[in-house]
Amino acid sequence: MTTKRLLLSAGLALAIGAGIAGWNTAATAQAPQGQTLRYAFQGNLNTLDPYSLNETTTLALQGNAYEGLTRRDKDLSIIPGLAERWETLDNGLTWRFHLRRGIKFHGGEDFTAEDVVFSATRVRAATSDLRSRIDADVEVVAVDSHTVDFKLKRPNPILHYEWDTWYIMSKKWAEANSAVQPTAASATTPGFATLNANGTGPFRITQHQVGVRTVYQRNPAWWGKVEHNLAEIIFTPITSAPTRVAALLSGEVDVIDPVPLQDVARINASANARVMEGPELRTIFLQLDQRRDELVGSSVKGKNPFKDVRVRRAFYHAIDIEAIRRQVMRGAATPTALLISPLMYPEGGQVQRLPFDLAAANRLLDEAGYPRQGGPTGTRFEVTFDCPNDRYVNDGAICQAVTAMLARVGVKINPLFVPRAQYFAKVLATGGFNTSFYLLGWTPGSFDSWNVLHNLVRCRDDQATGGRGAFNLGGYCNQQVDALTDQILVEPDVAKRNQLIAQAYRIITDEASHIPLHQQALAWGVSKKVELVQRADNQFLFHWVVKQP
Amino acid sequence: MLAFILRRIIQAIGVLLTVSLIAFSLFRFVGDPVNQMVGQDTTPEQRAEIRQQLGLNDPVVVQFARFVGRAARFDFGISYQNKQSVAKLIAERFPATMELAFVSALFALLAGIPMGVYSGLRPHSWLTKLFQTVSLLGISLPTFLIGIILIFVFPVSLGLLKSFGRQGVVDLGWWTTGFLTREGWASLILPSITLGLFQMTLIMRLVRSEMMEVLRTDYIKFARARGLTNRAVHFGHALKNTMIPVITITGLQIGSIIAFAIITETVFQWPGMGLMFLQAVQSVDIPIMAAYLLLVATLFVAINLIVDLLYVAVDPRIRIAGRPA
Repeated sequence: MTTKRLLLSAGLALAIGAGIAGWNTAATAQAPQGQTLRYAFQGNLNTLDPYSLNETTTLALQGNAYEGLTRRDKDLSIIPGLAERWETLDNGLTWRFHLRRGIKFHGGEDFTAEDVVFSATRVRAATSDLRSRIDADVEVVAVDSHTVDFKLKRPNPILHYEWDTWYIMSKKWAEANSAVQPTAASATTPGFATLNANGTGPFRITQHQVGVRTVYQRNPAWWGKVEHNLAEIIFTPITSAPTRVAALLSGEVDVIDPVPLQDVARINASANARVMEGPELRTIFLQLDQRRDELVGSSVKGKNPFKDVRVRRAFYHAIDIEAIRRQVMRGAATPTALLISPLMYPEGGQVQRLPFDLAAANRLLDEAGYPRQGGPTGTRFEVTFDCPNDRYVNDGAICQAVTAMLARVGVKINPLFVPRAQYFAKVLATGGFNTSFYLLGWTPGSFDSWNVLHNLVRCRDDQATGGRGAFNLGGYCNQQVDALTDQILVEPDVAKRNQLIAQAYRIITDEASHIPLHQQALAWGVSKKVELVQRADNQFLFHWVVKQP
Repeated sequence: MLAFILRRIIQAIGVLLTVSLIAFSLFRFVGDPVNQMVGQDTTPEQRAEIRQQLGLNDPVVVQFARFVGRAARFDFGISYQNKQSVAKLIAERFPATMELAFVSALFALLAGIPMGVYSGLRPHSWLTKLFQTVSLLGISLPTFLIGIILIFVFPVSLGLLKSFGRQGVVDLGWWTTGFLTREGWASLILPSITLGLFQMTLIMRLVRSEMMEVLRTDYIKFARARGLTNRAVHFGHALKNTMIPVITITGLQIGSIIAFAIITETVFQWPGMGLMFLQAVQSVDIPIMAAYLLLVATLFVAINLIVDLLYVAVDPRIRIAGRPA
């Protein structure tokens, strides 16, 4: 016993001594090998093909191996990527990109203008899910080996906004492996690029088994400035939230995403991990069906109460957003008046939410001709409320809160909470927009208001040609807003454009086209040994990670 | 014997057809797969096009006939979500589930039978009461709760064993195994206990009541009268005769172990077929769901067949009764 203790204290003293004396040597000895980062996310990385699925985490995981012409910095500002610089010519009808020289793909192929032209074709193939990255009528021309022109039919000031996730693939590699097109939905054989990646990025994927693990290794030939100290990253999906938290607490993984809100305090209280929270770009909102002449799920027959702006405003006034933030979201949400995050539209401050005001809500509903039936606590009318329960942070709980809040103004909500697969099958085009009142979240892929107005606000074309109003499930329609949307698309002057956007947001707030709720917050669980950058678009990029040994 | 097996195979085909028909009629209610396959910027036209390509607009009967036709050639198509051959995905996941099921069943038998024998022989001992309490917990607590409790006790609080995944896997070419490494066992133990606890309880209670029953019978009294040792009486005569129901239950339970592995696999992120099935349900990945259900049905049929054959081997009475006069 005593010898054991003696040995132990000797060892400890030695370790401390060595630690103090040899700190620097130890660090430099460690550096060449680098650290291993273990990262767990709730979902799978289903494909390595960068054009198969337009989804944040998939693109982020691919984006550690692949790169676009542009990149987004820690604060989301656009910075050069594979292109060193770019300029617009012909009054904005031609965009010229100058490519970086001397870059090689992980497989050893040289990166040239040919690869960009090829990638532009591939991303617009019929089997690509990222066709929105470049319009079909844009002509892409290689001027010389390291210059590419994009010739537009009409000016587009936000042409390159989404190009940080339009990853450039090697033409040679794709052709050699018969991967010139993304795998089709109906394919009978899996595509090569689904399981293999060949990018130019800071890490290359050396092992990938869907739903089990994906291993990245440092690319020593990367062109950029190395800010990380990693040699290897092991990505594992962990579906079950308690297990994910347990794996972080036991030190088996270094980073988890997401952390369930109820576990935040526990992780922060632990010795080896903390929760990093930050605003996310996704906006959660409600919308009422303003299009049908009679609602599909309501006690009101022969007319649609939501066509009346007073009823919509009454619903808006009835929402106690502060209670949702505090109680349902445990503080991890930022109430908003807009359908876009203030990070992507800083001028948004000029639009205010309709205040929480039960008296106003009751008055508006009375005026609109929906009095309480049977006394001062009676019900005015009933309506069905569609809500997913596994798509957004605490979505089911938000809907319960909304149901209770509307009950206070005499509207009886019949909530219909279902898993996301059934939910989207019902409320989207395939289900015939079969909803009277629903909750949805939206992040504009382009980080720009035009995407929001085009998808969520403008009049829905029932064939939804070109996606016009495709997610305006409630069918709000105002010609003035449509005209503004078209103008915003082509207006090259930034200040003027922002004014047009503000104008559109003011109109839809007045008309209560939607009821914006909040920006949900990111919550990542991070080991205390790890420093990383949490970008608001929820992309986790490994080349900003520093891990202590 | 051969006729018996043949008859069983024909029955099995009937069962499989019924299972696939039921599965196919259910798939229409799990949601729309296309919305789970694309990002938000994909226009409704493009979504409709994918639906058409996948043949989801065809009548259910046509889709069913197409599925059966392909399944007969062991072609299960490619997964909607990750565009890989379903047969290959299942082959990759199969060893994980089978090893988990095997170790769970082994645990259930090796712990359950001795506990049952002991509590059958000494019904009033304090250890029996402890076993009874443990078994009550095993039967009443849901699997996911047991799993989470184990995770918080072992990896999180004590720093022992692994909380998730299947680590230390060795690839033998035709099979991947976690049996050969320390890490492999460290990640196998907790899920196996979680999955096997219910079965262990069941076997223990079964053996206990059977033992108590058998020990009262005449031939045990005769055996004692012959002056045989307690050991010979208890294990040679009594235990052997309790084995028929134990074999039946274990056999049937192996099927449920594989099927109920869905929950355990999800809690421990065990990369088996059950986890894959659960994810397929969430994302409406019809080819995976269909293939998995067929496989599970096949396993059940096969296990039942083996159990029937084992009866004949273990119990001579069945053999004699079945012999033509």
